[in-house]
Amino acid sequence: MIRELFSATVIIGIISSGIRLATPYLYASIGEMFGQRSGVLNLGVEGQMLLGAFMAFYVALKTGNLWLGVLAAMGVGALMGLAMAFVTVNLQATQGISGIGFYLFGLGMSNLLFQKLIGTVETVQGFPRISLPLLGKIPVIGDIFFNQNMLVYLAFLLVPAAWFVLHKTTLGLKIRAVGENPEAADSLGVSVSRVRYFTVILGGVLSGVAGASLSIALLNVFQQNMTAGQGFIAVALVYFGGWRPWGILGGALLFSLVNALQLWIQVLGVPIPSELAVMMPYVLTILVLTVSVSKVRGPSALTKVFEREG
Amino acid sequence: MKKIARITSIILIAAMLLAGCAQAAPATQEATKPLKIAIVSPSTINDLAFTQSIYDAMVVLQKEMGADKLEFVYSENMFVVDDAAAAIRDYATKGYDIVIAHGSQYGSSVQEIAPDFPDTVFAWGTTVDTFGLPNVFAYEAASDQGGYVNGVMAAMLTKSKVIGVVGPIETGDAKLYVDGFVAGVKSVDPSIDVRVTYIGSFSDVALASEAATTHISAGADVLTGSAQMVVGAIGKAQEAGAYWFGTQADQATFSPKTVVASQVYHWEVILKQIIAKRAAGVLGGESFRASLENGGQVIHFNDEAGIPAEVKAKAEETIKGIIDGSIVIQLP
Repeated sequence: MIRELFSATVIIGIISSGIRLATPYLYASIGEMFGQRSGVLNLGVEGQMLLGAFMAFYVALKTGNLWLGVLAAMGVGALMGLAMAFVTVNLQATQGISGIGFYLFGLGMSNLLFQKLIGTVETVQGFPRISLPLLGKIPVIGDIFFNQNMLVYLAFLLVPAAWFVLHKTTLGLKIRAVGENPEAADSLGVSVSRVRYFTVILGGVLSGVAGASLSIALLNVFQQNMTAGQGFIAVALVYFGGWRPWGILGGALLFSLVNALQLWIQVLGVPIPSELAVMMPYVLTILVLTVSVSKVRGPSALTKVFEREG
Repeated sequence: MKKIARITSIILIAAMLLAGCAQAAPATQEATKPLKIAIVSPSTINDLAFTQSIYDAMVVLQKEMGADKLEFVYSENMFVVDDAAAAIRDYATKGYDIVIAHGSQYGSSVQEIAPDFPDTVFAWGTTVDTFGLPNVFAYEAASDQGGYVNGVMAAMLTKSKVIGVVGPIETGDAKLYVDGFVAGVKSVDPSIDVRVTYIGSFSDVALASEAATTHISAGADVLTGSAQMVVGAIGKAQEAGAYWFGTQADQATFSPKTVVASQVYHWEVILKQIIAKRAAGVLGGESFRASLENGGQVIHFNDEAGIPAEVKAKAEETIKGIIDGSIVIQLP
């Protein structure tokens, strides 16, 4: 049984499962990272994902157009982000509690819309798998990496794109400045509130896509509360990844690969109680966090309200 | 700071109102003193699983008895036990004759509330425990029986001799079903490899779907699973051309070519007994079990999936055997 774990089928299976499971985390965590780098902690990711998942599914079901579904998910995510930005930037409400409020709103609203507009569990023809030319033909590696659906490819392309924006552009510099020292950024003429509005709305858009990646690309169904806590894991992964895109990629992959591994451990009948197997990804994440996080410092202005003097 | 607190609390209240948007929908009009039943349940009435099974039963019962004789309301989405407890107490206060707490997690709430309303009948499932209270009935399903029948069919359909099971949490009704299923497979061919995974959640559709994909990669060509998160897994079985066996509600509507058969609960059989007991003046203290014998559970075959005749015949023979006692299910 243990030896079977190292066979080619199992290793390919674990990695391709891990890549699929990591996809929603990548969108949601990268989005959350932008918000946190500018000083806003958004705990409402889960609610944004649920509404995104529902809107994408509903629009795809009614119009048959998947990209329109993605657009709808981005739209509803943007609206949720806008509301979160208004409440935390203009009204200066406590970020943590407001985020929980938006989570509950998203959870309730997605249930309500699902029951009123669809009513029963249905399926939709989601994004097909695309085998990339040439790359898809490489044995083993082609199967694992280059035979996935469009939203999976985009999630992985998002990582270098986010890194580029954050570290190589003026916008990225402004975001980091606002998150580290908003007073200084403000005195240099950077609008703290405009930057925070931008990052929190961007976070909402990406969380919406995270939901869409579940409902119309990976699973092709909508079920109430289907994200099952993934939005909160996504927030944890931002800390785990040290507020850096590549770190988040590493964290998302680690968590997802261990989750895929524990499924294989159960399937192959390795004699471990199922409760212990299910715990594995969480225990490992906590372990890595306690070992690594002390070395990384988060954005100094995270969760702090900014008020202009004078 | 005051402003912050006020805004925050407004948002929280608004959000909670929406989150608790489980409406108590009146299902019938008022008539000459009809029997009034209220249901409190964790998920939605169209979850293709646990909650749908009790809702469907009420609809059947109401059709049989007539809308002027039976009136029912429901509160769905009560996954927060405190909310459920409030709803249960609320229904009892409003004078409902029978309050059904449809979720094993509601036990302590029923135990606490029932003594305050001695004239109200409380029904709690799925369990066997009535807490020794005179106005609490308990009900459960012998889901190992349907699991066993499904297992027999699965064993006859598999070509790869590998069968995968996607379970939620290793407890209660789900565990009983899975154990029965495994016993059924082994009764046909002990050499078949039945691989069981529990994903640790009733709602994680993504992980359930990945568990199904893992089973399929490991060679499984027949799958089953329990609870409402299996919709993701059924989708993967459909993609791979594997067979699926359902439980709790008829899942063939969801994927007609994939779902061979479903074990369906017919709680109306149990509810009728409870109503009859109440009419005779007994308000509780007994537990009921929905089984193949009493018609509380039925195997729904899906002819669209193309079940070979000998498989269906063997399943029907197995059902008869369980009913007449010639087949005894050995659980681990």
